[in-house]
Amino acid sequence: MADVMVVSERPEDLWSLVNGLEAGGHRVAVVSGTEAATGHSVPDVALVDAVKDLAWGRDACRSLRARGSRLPILAIVAAEALDAIGPDWDADTFMLDGVGVPEALARIRLALGSQAIESSGALRVGDLVIDAETYQVRVRGRLLDLTYKEFQLLTFLAQKPGRVWSRQQLLQEVWGYDFFGGTRTVDVHVRRLRAKLGAEHEAMIGTIRNVGYKLEAHRTR
Amino acid sequence: MSDQDYVLRTVEERDIRFIRLWFTDVLGFLKSFAITPAELEAAFEEGMGFDGSAIEGFAREKEADMVARPDPSTFQVLPWRPDQQGVARMFCDILTPEGSPFAGDPRFVLRKTLQRAQEMGFEFYLGPELEYFYFRSSEGTEGLDQGGYFDLTPLDVASDLRKRTVAYLEQMGISVESVHHEVAPSQHEIVLRDADALTMADSVMTARLAVKEVAQEAGVYATFMPKPIQGAWGSGMHTHMALYEGERNAFVDPEEPMGMSKVARAFIAGILQHAHEITPVLNQWVNSFKRLVPGYEAPVYICWARRNRSALLRVPGAGQGRDIRVEVRSPDPACNPYLAFAALLAAGLKGIADNTDLPPEATEDIHSMTDAERRAHGIASLPEDLYEAIAAMEGSALLRETFGEQLFEHFIRNKRAEWKAYRAYVSPWEIERSLPIL
Repeated sequence: MADVMVVSERPEDLWSLVNGLEAGGHRVAVVSGTEAATGHSVPDVALVDAVKDLAWGRDACRSLRARGSRLPILAIVAAEALDAIGPDWDADTFMLDGVGVPEALARIRLALGSQAIESSGALRVGDLVIDAETYQVRVRGRLLDLTYKEFQLLTFLAQKPGRVWSRQQLLQEVWGYDFFGGTRTVDVHVRRLRAKLGAEHEAMIGTIRNVGYKLEAHRTR
Repeated sequence: MSDQDYVLRTVEERDIRFIRLWFTDVLGFLKSFAITPAELEAAFEEGMGFDGSAIEGFAREKEADMVARPDPSTFQVLPWRPDQQGVARMFCDILTPEGSPFAGDPRFVLRKTLQRAQEMGFEFYLGPELEYFYFRSSEGTEGLDQGGYFDLTPLDVASDLRKRTVAYLEQMGISVESVHHEVAPSQHEIVLRDADALTMADSVMTARLAVKEVAQEAGVYATFMPKPIQGAWGSGMHTHMALYEGERNAFVDPEEPMGMSKVARAFIAGILQHAHEITPVLNQWVNSFKRLVPGYEAPVYICWARRNRSALLRVPGAGQGRDIRVEVRSPDPACNPYLAFAALLAAGLKGIADNTDLPPEATEDIHSMTDAERRAHGIASLPEDLYEAIAAMEGSALLRETFGEQLFEHFIRNKRAEWKAYRAYVSPWEIERSLPIL
């Protein structure tokens, strides 16, 4: 399942495609061009509908690219407009107007798959993706700005999802033996991480009363 | 990989264009200058030089050269700046050109006091509640709630502003416990979840800026002035405090009365004993004392209680088998949080070191007592104005030692000057009351 953003100024014409993607297990948000460029959170994959207006579609692709360099972007174009498609679109690939649901689903699978290969050093727990090479952490595509300690703590927890660690263990593993502060430091950093994960994902870090913490893929909220 | 390498790497990955170096002057104003990524490595190694003579309470003229060295553990991208080619910040420690900590740096004063706590086996944790007002501009006190006829749902405007502020703070790792509308019209409150004192002082500085940034984006003004509106509730910064020994809350001891440990009792007693002299640090403006008057849930009397909201110190968890935190109710959000937290901690630690006896709990409504009754209960009042407060601070050996000679002297000089200017001011109150009859 992925978060699919459909950028279109004629959502009523894409109704059956959107339904098909949802039936295929994706979460679909249909948004306007301006929302895609600024307001909406960055999805796992974006479909940009350029059928009605080529220039508009190209601009939408480019502003999405500006928001996420690794975001797979699929343009939907009319067959007679294929001449206009070029590298200046910043899109990964295209689909023809009237594309069938099975084909769209397959292309989304491929787009997501190539993204996974691209970031091979990535650690994935549910919606959370930690890229150990670039030190970037994303939750459902949204980039988190972590301090180094927060990054180390989250990475440590993510290496064994579901495993419960005591504060003392975390202090030793993440901070090191020579760290002077007490185990409350761990609580403060968990709080900071939860704040950055945001309301929807903060429950990924579970507190086990009188024991410690664990990271889990499923969200309780 | 170190904190520094991580910051350098992140700056590159995120295409950060500027890094703002933050520090705080003696009065708690945030100061900042920007460096480029190219300068960052040198800033970590040697610090960045700047002219300290223009900073309140920093250098005397002959020693104007100062060095700001960024603390890499505080590196944070600023969420209110653009996503692409963004701006990040780090808090700095201020050094002398010789490389030793600068004694006039409030962050250093807090670090030093925390060091002392650590030597006694304690870590200091705080959770403040920041109250503030939204006004249409900084020119007057017209609130957003009392907008005029035909205004577009003014209540929603403030709630959107609060939501956005919380989103910014959370993106910066500042955990918000709650946020809500306060008692007075257009007054709001952000409650921060507790953290160690240094992190929390940094967080208060960040939160004040975030609140103001969000307001500015929306074309309105946010203020932490303690008492902006005559006759309405003022803005306080009630602060919950706890000492920890490792994982254990040192204020809790189930064997002791009300579950309050000896440490808790002595800590509270220490703050009560030094309440007079630390007041100008918790309430540093002429205006701060207009808030500390009876009738608006602000404390006036130096006493402690479990639940009584008119007491200076409250211990709401005591006697209920709960976690115990001590709430101090006098500070206002226009204080310097580094100095305020240092002063509270120093007073509490002094109580512990001297094993000071805790006076009995104030169980009756202190406000409704007569002066004579309060005297009989041994309850003194907080200073009534900045003058009285500064006079109390001047004789404080505790604060002289905690703040260091230079910062202490500067603080007193600065506040004396403020009082002198205020004293010479002929106020509308006098014109209104005296002119028609004299």
